[in-house]
Amino acid sequence: MYSAANKLYEILNQHLGAYGVPETVITIAAYVVPCVLVLGLISTIAGMLTYAERKISADIQNRVGPNRVGPFGLLQFPVDGVKLLFKEDIIPDAADKKLFKLAPYLVFTATVLASLVIPFGGSFIVADLNIGLIFIIVVSSLLVVGFLMSGWASNNKWALLGGIRSAAQIISYEIPTALTLLTVVLITGTFSLQEIVKAQGPYPWQWFVFYNPFMMVAFIIFFISSLAEMNRTPFDFPEAESELVSGYNVEYSGMRFALFFAAEFSNIFITASLATAVFLGGGNIGMDPYSSGLGFQLLMVAVFFAKAIPLCFVTIWVRWTLPRLRIDQMMSMCWKYFIPISFVCLVLTAAWMLAFDGNGIFWRMPKT
Amino acid sequence: MDPEKLITILTSRLGIAVQSMDAMKNDDLMIVVDKKHLITAAGTLKNDPALGFSTLMNHLGVDYGDSMAVIYNLYSPALKQKVTVKVYLDRDNPEVPSLERAFRGIDWFERETYDLFGIRFIGHGNLKRLLLPEDWDGHPLRKDYVYPALYNGIETARIDMMNETDEAGEPHV
Amino acid sequence: MSKYSSQEMVLNMGPHHPSTHGVLRFILQTDGEMMVKAVPDVGFLHRGIEKIAEKLPWQGFMPYTDRVDYVASVNCNLGYAVAVEKLADIAVPEKAEYLRVIAAELSRIGSHFIGFGALLLDLGAVTPFVHALRERETFNDLMEMLCGARLTHNYVRIGGVSQDLPQGFKTKCRNFVDHLEHEFIDEFNDLISYNTILINRLANVGVITAEEANEYTLTGPNLRGSGVKFDLRKDEPYGIYDRFDFDVPVGTGKYGVPGDCYDRYWIRIEEVVQSCRIIRQALYGLPGSGEIRTRLAKPFTVPAGEIYVRTESPRGELGYYLISDGGKNPFRLKIRTGSFSSMTIIEHLSQGVMVADLVAIIGSLDVVAPEIDR
Repeated sequence: MYSAANKLYEILNQHLGAYGVPETVITIAAYVVPCVLVLGLISTIAGMLTYAERKISADIQNRVGPNRVGPFGLLQFPVDGVKLLFKEDIIPDAADKKLFKLAPYLVFTATVLASLVIPFGGSFIVADLNIGLIFIIVVSSLLVVGFLMSGWASNNKWALLGGIRSAAQIISYEIPTALTLLTVVLITGTFSLQEIVKAQGPYPWQWFVFYNPFMMVAFIIFFISSLAEMNRTPFDFPEAESELVSGYNVEYSGMRFALFFAAEFSNIFITASLATAVFLGGGNIGMDPYSSGLGFQLLMVAVFFAKAIPLCFVTIWVRWTLPRLRIDQMMSMCWKYFIPISFVCLVLTAAWMLAFDGNGIFWRMPKT
Repeated sequence: MDPEKLITILTSRLGIAVQSMDAMKNDDLMIVVDKKHLITAAGTLKNDPALGFSTLMNHLGVDYGDSMAVIYNLYSPALKQKVTVKVYLDRDNPEVPSLERAFRGIDWFERETYDLFGIRFIGHGNLKRLLLPEDWDGHPLRKDYVYPALYNGIETARIDMMNETDEAGEPHV
Repeated sequence: MSKYSSQEMVLNMGPHHPSTHGVLRFILQTDGEMMVKAVPDVGFLHRGIEKIAEKLPWQGFMPYTDRVDYVASVNCNLGYAVAVEKLADIAVPEKAEYLRVIAAELSRIGSHFIGFGALLLDLGAVTPFVHALRERETFNDLMEMLCGARLTHNYVRIGGVSQDLPQGFKTKCRNFVDHLEHEFIDEFNDLISYNTILINRLANVGVITAEEANEYTLTGPNLRGSGVKFDLRKDEPYGIYDRFDFDVPVGTGKYGVPGDCYDRYWIRIEEVVQSCRIIRQALYGLPGSGEIRTRLAKPFTVPAGEIYVRTESPRGELGYYLISDGGKNPFRLKIRTGSFSSMTIIEHLSQGVMVADLVAIIGSLDVVAPEIDR
């Protein structure tokens, strides 16, 4: 199993082992550095997505958006982060202090953990777990615990309502998400995300989304369910501004609020990356990711981002276009429509594979 | 509708309830009704097929200085006619039967009149203050209302910064 | 009998909340997601306007009428002016009547933008609200050209209006009205009005039958949404409204049943189109020259008497009951507003609906707090 830590360990050993740097230091560095890099990357991308959201929403609403801080307002998100750092940390008196402080960390950890297995293209992946897909699905359930914790610990009826609704929504929509991702596993036979990417091809008709019509349906259902997972409009009832005034994070201020916010936006990117990797052949340009030269690997990264960023844009676009669904309409949509359709996609894809020896419309099963 | 004709019909239908009937500006008719007969008069105005004053447009209270009154503005979609019903009340103990059963929408109007004038509506299910806080003293729209100097211990008047001096005798500005 | 029982929760909604209806407070009793009752608590914006009126001269009260409904100030000004003119038998010059109609209908358009915009904002569709505000900016610019103010216009005077048309107003107004009727409304409807999610949120929600609407003294678009064709501009015309040709949209259950929230929302959009028609006709018929204001006597007194005059404001019937004792100040002035009656029905409608539906209901009734509290 490839992992960036192992690779970095080899490189560091090669260059620094001769200078007598102790083994433990190299090991720790090899494990810590990729994680810190990915943490930084995800946080920066989350910040850039907040800027993108403000600019895109401004364009849709016929306004300008941030344009004062830095050229074109590009420095807005670091400045906002710094401002939130300086804000007073208010904790309600009657709140459960330990849970109140723990909740944002849990939520942020869930998204960052998920980013450990995202294949950014080439060999740039922190750990190519052979259960990568299941790992992501499992780790995003930590979000539920975080939201419930924040809703309960805030000692605020509205926050509690928001937290409970949020938890119910995320738990329900995890099922179509997982089911639609499993349709791909049927084809590749592996959960490892790097393998799934390698199994697809560089050309669009070789992506899994065009494998058969059910995969297209599965992709759409995956995308919509992940909007619900992230509590984005049209599913943002738990944080409906005019009704609940921000739901579960209403009592949070300063950096704790920033963590919730960053978690939501990094989730957008994680979901888009997952969709790219699984359905859109993210980062695959027809060459082996591990043995190609650095130039080609960077090209793979560029291809990956070129596919993930439009999906982020669509997420933001949908938020500012559609109104909100009511909670019972949301639940009925999940349980009465999405789950049956996902099951049908799964079963019919399996039947398709039986009927056509695992070949898609354009995609061919590799001969082993 | 021709005011003469309207007066004739109303006199015949309302009978002794009416104390006086005069034409008002804007195609209106002022009917002064006795407090005892208010409910029957209102019922007749609303339910009589020849009249049909089923829409309540407005309700208010008035403090005339020597007496108080409540006024109901009714409208008949069938006749396309407005009518104003006034009931004079005793100033020391202003009470009047509530018309909530006849006109459901009068609920808040009567509460507002109670709030601002102190007129009690007998039979109203929920006669509480509407616009002012629950613990406010007095009824502001009365002519002899004096604005309280303190509300729950807070002074209600603003300091006149230019002309008054503070406790030590120094000017504020 | 169920083995489970749930506890009712008492929640407080407002008075601070990110909705544009103003300072309103609701005390909700909910059983989980379903509501048992929503009791409104009003009075946060009570300024005692009616008491203040008793100390001011008749013309001096005009700026206060702006603040009765600051979203549609000209309509409130107009109601008061018409009431005093009818009581004092003052004739208004022809040109002033046309200017009043233009300003009042522009104000109606501006108010409806806020009305359905706020409903959409509450439902989560932020973009259509911002688009409606963008159009309202043009209305603000037009009113600034006309009377110098963008919000509390104070344009109408007893006996006429305060300013004449400036240069370029007619062209700008005509362009605005054409743009609205032929471009903006269609684009807006394509964006949001036919959206399935919106229809699911609004149709069959908060149904008010015609009988209920009459019982609770609803007026204006809320009454018309339940199918009752009653518009004061046609049924009790004031000013020169009987000279104009326009339709009165009535709720027909477009996507649900008549009297649901969608009907009340759709009626406001249709009324914008009808107001555009009126403005176009008024601009065409506007006399080129003439007095804009009848000179009033100094000191201005109104002969003793009582009168009730009602006009059609965007939120319903705006009625002024004036009692004059022949003096320089009103003896008693009562302002009857459309939002006041709309609030009374919320408690009745809120039984057994979800909290989300309550927000839709309040938004569709288009209540503003200053009208309720005065």
